[in-house]
Amino acid sequence: MRPPRRSLSGALPVWAEVALLPLVNIALAFIVVGLIVAIIGVDPFHALRLLVVGALGSSESIGYTLYYATNFTFTGLAVAVAFHAGLFNIGGEGQAYIGGLGCGLAVLALDRWLPAWLMIPIAIAAAALFGAAWAAVPAWLQAWRGSHIVITTIMFNFVASALMVYLMVNVLIAPGSMTPQSRTFAPSGRIPAMHDALQAIGITVAPSALNLSILLALACCVAVWVFLWHTPWGYALRTMGHNPEAAVYAGTSLRRMTMLAMCLSGALAGFVGVNELMGVHHRIVLDFPAGYGFAGIAVALMGRNHPLGIALAALLFGALQQGGAELAFEIPTITREMVVVIQGLIILFSGALAHLPRPWLQILFARRAS
Amino acid sequence: MDEAFSFVFLMLASTLRVATPLVLCAMGGLFSEKGGIVDVGLEGKMLMAAFFAAATASVTGSAWAGVAAAIIAAEALALLHGLACITYRGNQVVSGVAINILAAGLTVVLGAAWFARGGQTPPLVGDQRLAPLFLPGAGDNILVYAALLSVPLTWWIIARTRFGLRLRAVGEMPLAVDAAGLSVAWLRYRAVLLCGLLAGLAGAYLSIGQNAGFSRDMTAGQGFIALAAIIFGKWRPLPALGACLIFGLLDAMAIRLQGVRVPGLGEVPVQLIQAMPYLLTMFLLAGFIGRAVAPKAAGVPYEKEH
Repeated sequence: MRPPRRSLSGALPVWAEVALLPLVNIALAFIVVGLIVAIIGVDPFHALRLLVVGALGSSESIGYTLYYATNFTFTGLAVAVAFHAGLFNIGGEGQAYIGGLGCGLAVLALDRWLPAWLMIPIAIAAAALFGAAWAAVPAWLQAWRGSHIVITTIMFNFVASALMVYLMVNVLIAPGSMTPQSRTFAPSGRIPAMHDALQAIGITVAPSALNLSILLALACCVAVWVFLWHTPWGYALRTMGHNPEAAVYAGTSLRRMTMLAMCLSGALAGFVGVNELMGVHHRIVLDFPAGYGFAGIAVALMGRNHPLGIALAALLFGALQQGGAELAFEIPTITREMVVVIQGLIILFSGALAHLPRPWLQILFARRAS
Repeated sequence: MDEAFSFVFLMLASTLRVATPLVLCAMGGLFSEKGGIVDVGLEGKMLMAAFFAAATASVTGSAWAGVAAAIIAAEALALLHGLACITYRGNQVVSGVAINILAAGLTVVLGAAWFARGGQTPPLVGDQRLAPLFLPGAGDNILVYAALLSVPLTWWIIARTRFGLRLRAVGEMPLAVDAAGLSVAWLRYRAVLLCGLLAGLAGAYLSIGQNAGFSRDMTAGQGFIALAAIIFGKWRPLPALGACLIFGLLDAMAIRLQGVRVPGLGEVPVQLIQAMPYLLTMFLLAGFIGRAVAPKAAGVPYEKEH
């Protein structure tokens, strides 16, 4: 009998494909993280303990974990929707930035006249609209002019950043302010903090940055799931991602579907602005996307582009972000950027090197079978 | 007249200074892309190289040790990219993004742990930096000349050597190269390693040539501008050099035009000039300034048939 061929595309049992391989990938990423921590001269297990306590040890830290997870859910979903259409949107950073500009402008224009129940939906819609518009340009360039979406979305991140610096320094800066930030939003333009909302129904938790935007994130998870798997547009979008020729044969316009996927993706990324500006800062500030757009790639890869997986991955990343901050506080030789290293390694092992452990697992399963 | 001359000289010198890392990076990226491996990770390689150059120069006191460390650091990431894209046929863009994020985090984490200066390396002095060669004050260290030399060299290797011919073939149609009995993987690994070498030099230039030490995120998007220059130069060395010089000139102008009122235009926003490389590249990609056609097999992992 011929020995089983060990190749990168060879089959594994379904459960190993869906659960074991991704877990091995993530385990590899964390083993490397542990090595880096050890190189710095810190006991990795001690660091892990501090990280877990820092992320989940009190109601305040859980609040912050969930607040970070809200951002990661938005950008993770944004990357995933584009992925399903076969498009790689690395412009989440810029789309989040411009989405924030959209909701900020809406609030600054209307917050003195509108009540919160009207102001907040309008501002959320503005965030979606601006985020979508910023994604629409690269989408249009890809669909009609054939330029590669990866390159154009990267370029647009930098253009967004330059545009925001210009607007904040020259146009939107609050009169008399030394730092480039807008005037404070009126109360109607703020999304209530979770501890205030819970206080209103008689539950007391420690104050944190967590706000009701997390409900929007959960709604987006459900909406993306319904859209992708239970509507004809979602079906056409995924068909395009799997096999563009089949999609054309089935009557789908690839151009319109590219626009749809990217606009949805940009709108989802734009909601980061809602959580950050309306939920926490209560004004437009610079640099609030802070890498969430890029981290969304790691979240989507880890969550295997499914809303449920993305929600779980976002929770993990939120915990890492919050626990990492506490860890940096406890151990001076470790900085917050450790979390960025972990994100990079997860993208590497769950994305680019996803096939690395496959031959090992194949040997394992072949041995068990014989 | 004298004043105008010195202004032109200063602008030229600062253009060249700014363009040097772009040129080195762009030539590196050119090798990679010609060989069919898309390299979004130029930025990360350059950043990692800049950090290890400054860290090594600061510890050993030798700029040359710094240059060597920069090359090793960039080559390590290049090998990682090769492993992911060539051996394990992973997504090349994902790998590049991972390398960028990894470098952004790791340089600060290691820097803070080793030097306790919030991610910066100690300021470099004397022999820890690359000295100007001919024109004191113009910052014309050896890597500036290396960058200028790398352009004809890259052209010659790609256009005139056997290796270059095979490299172009492997970027256009790897199946044909495979059928001719050559190793697609080995050719692509060499392309990726050449890219690492040049990106390493670019990083070393940033931290121990142009600046006196490493600071966090000091590449500030220059790896992506180099990528834009490759596209702008339509994957040819000389036009890519031209693009780098234009982008360098824009940058030099942005510094000089800060707060200056240009007659007839009013105050030009510095941010607009800074965004110009990206905007120009977008216009090019949109097909408004000719057509930029990438190597046909760029971004596609090669799968040998069994």
